[in-house]
Amino acid sequence: MSNDNKKEVDDVSGTETTGHEWDGIKELNTPLPRWWLGLFYACIVFAIGYWILMPAWPTFGGYTHGLLNHSVRDDVQVAVRALKNARTAKETELAHASLQQIEKNPDLLQFALAEGKASFGDNCAPCHGAGGQGSRGYPNLNDDVWIWGGKLEDIQHTITVGVRSTSPDTRQSQMPSFGRDGILKPAQIDDLTRFVLHLRGHPADATAVKRAAKLFADNCSVCHGTDGKGNRSMGAPDLTVHSGWLYGPRPEDIHDQIWNGHGGVMPTWGGRLSPETIKSLAVYVHSLGGGE
Amino acid sequence: MAADGVARSDALASNSAANRRFYKARVPIYPKMVHGRFRQIKWIMMAITLGIYYLVPWLRWDRGPYAPSQAVLVDLAHERFYFFFLEIWPQEVYYITGLLILAAVALFLATSLFGRLWCGYTCPQTVWTDLFILVENIIEGDRSARIRLAAAPLSGGKVAKRVAKHSIWLVIAVLTGGAWVFYFTDAPALAHGLLYGSAPFAVYGAIAVLTFTTYSLGGLMREQVCTFMCPWPRIQGAMTDNEALAVTYRRDRGEPRGPHKKGQSWEGRGACIDCNQCVAACPMGIDIRDGTQLECINCALCIDACDDVMERIGLPAGLIAYDTDANIARRIAGKKARFRFVRPRTVFYAAVMTVVAAIMVFGLATRRTIALDVFRDRNPNFVALSDGSVRNGYTLKLMNRANKPRRFYLSLDGIRASKVDVIGIGNVVLPVRLDVEADKVRMLRVLVTVAPRNLRPGTQDIQFRISDAAHRETHDIAAVFVSGGP
Repeated sequence: MSNDNKKEVDDVSGTETTGHEWDGIKELNTPLPRWWLGLFYACIVFAIGYWILMPAWPTFGGYTHGLLNHSVRDDVQVAVRALKNARTAKETELAHASLQQIEKNPDLLQFALAEGKASFGDNCAPCHGAGGQGSRGYPNLNDDVWIWGGKLEDIQHTITVGVRSTSPDTRQSQMPSFGRDGILKPAQIDDLTRFVLHLRGHPADATAVKRAAKLFADNCSVCHGTDGKGNRSMGAPDLTVHSGWLYGPRPEDIHDQIWNGHGGVMPTWGGRLSPETIKSLAVYVHSLGGGE
Repeated sequence: MAADGVARSDALASNSAANRRFYKARVPIYPKMVHGRFRQIKWIMMAITLGIYYLVPWLRWDRGPYAPSQAVLVDLAHERFYFFFLEIWPQEVYYITGLLILAAVALFLATSLFGRLWCGYTCPQTVWTDLFILVENIIEGDRSARIRLAAAPLSGGKVAKRVAKHSIWLVIAVLTGGAWVFYFTDAPALAHGLLYGSAPFAVYGAIAVLTFTTYSLGGLMREQVCTFMCPWPRIQGAMTDNEALAVTYRRDRGEPRGPHKKGQSWEGRGACIDCNQCVAACPMGIDIRDGTQLECINCALCIDACDDVMERIGLPAGLIAYDTDANIARRIAGKKARFRFVRPRTVFYAAVMTVVAAIMVFGLATRRTIALDVFRDRNPNFVALSDGSVRNGYTLKLMNRANKPRRFYLSLDGIRASKVDVIGIGNVVLPVRLDVEADKVRMLRVLVTVAPRNLRPGTQDIQFRISDAAHRETHDIAAVFVSGGP
């Protein structure tokens, strides 16, 4: 407990004490510098001024807007508009240049790659992955395996119309469900699996391969080609490649694909993204390393 | 009169009990001008420190056509720090760190040996306040004249003097701000811009801020900066011990103090005649006879004041002198006074300084002018190609730290690549020639493809090497090639 009002002067410093004592401990009452006090009052005045001018206090329905009516959201809108204006010159150049011209012009290429990378992250990464590496059912855009073609124009067209999408011009392919729909018997599908592995250079049972040769010629080569090298206009993958298997390269994956005939959907971006953005995306994807 | 021919000054220490209030307005201090050894030393130190500050930005150093020619320059716009023959990039900011550590330890060492030398002679606050007090002295006169002027009613003469003083203070403050900005950009070019009003707004802003701070801290705040704002006086308690030199009132010689009449004996009394000249001369407004205190910046002007008085009354000088508390105790005990400069504390500081200095010198001597950074793509980790090859992507940054364009050669060790592509150049054969502009970083994306027969399961250790055309300097960076399994 404090013993009140026993002001005394401390011997050592010459300062008065506050007059209170707690368990024998006393506190010196040293004066504050006037400039410090002045600054403190100035801060209080500044705070009151801020409350009046700027958004400050919450109310039950909203908040006080302040005389200046400042809004960070408005600032952002202004900034976005300014950014759009700044980009207009380059976007116009992009609109008028062909894909090949963009690749040859270092300035335009740098812009297109930057825009492509940003747009890729916003639109394409959810399916194709942030680095474009894809996963089961979503193509890897870094490798040199292209179902619909890897030239700049091919990529641009695929992005614009999509695959099995809602666009009337969509790229369309249909892998039949040979097993699920009962088109082929289970034993035949087993043999075909081995045949496909053999096409890839994988060691497979020779008798099964011989049995499946006729099956392949009758059922598969119409789309995949007699040599199994695929057909880009039909969207039929090359079955002789070592990697880039959309539904997996393992025997069970191949069996599953022949049985069920999976086919994914790529959205049509034609109406959603501007033609310049699609051009940038095409250039970007082409630059990932596997472009033709 | 304190003694024959020596007037007693009525100066009263500003922090004494009689002067206290709840909130304290600054009690004005009118330091009396002294003449003596330490005052001379302080003038010289002021000339040197101010000279360095104002003149160094104007020194030139030729670095060729691609770099600025100012000797000391903090080039914020281009992210470089130039100091005569040194050019520091942002990645090498540890040199600045080392320099600051060295400066700090040097300060600790100097203080533990000789007391608050920094505070009394070289601190910018001391130097500028001293300068401002000199201006005040010249315009308004010495202590008595200034006290009279402050007490006098407003008159034409008083206003004129005050206006003149504050105007000169402002001019000095503006010049101080002006000199500051010259460290951050080419001085002659900026001076031209300033005169014609075409300098960037940030420059005028910086000068305005520094004008305000110099004028306020040097002219108005003065000793309050040391007493209330600066942490250094508070650290002194840890920095110094009773063997460290400090401006000391030798109370073993001075006490008991009191006025002295001519002809009186000096037996049984101290040499201090209570003339208070030490208090009058003190720019901090303290009484050194109270002992070592936080407010005493060790400027030694009280030494000069007291020595002058001692000479006039025929006593030996040195009643106040650079001495140690330990020596006072020794003399009182009848032992011989000595200075222990070699103590565990001082040896420790000296050792730390030596080590840090050695590390920095070594670092600077082995500093390379080319550098390579390699960042392997992690997304995707690797790309499996249609023929079974595996490809890894790398982002390389080639740094040319010299002030001329250079030709580098990039090569790859530790793996047999079937194809190497550099985005923007195309398919290349290693070693590939790459030109980098002076003082620039060039970024490249490199795709390395390895055929199936050369792949090992898991990861392989590889090495990128960059060398300049004459092979005088190379830089190797270890990296990794991921093949993604068997």
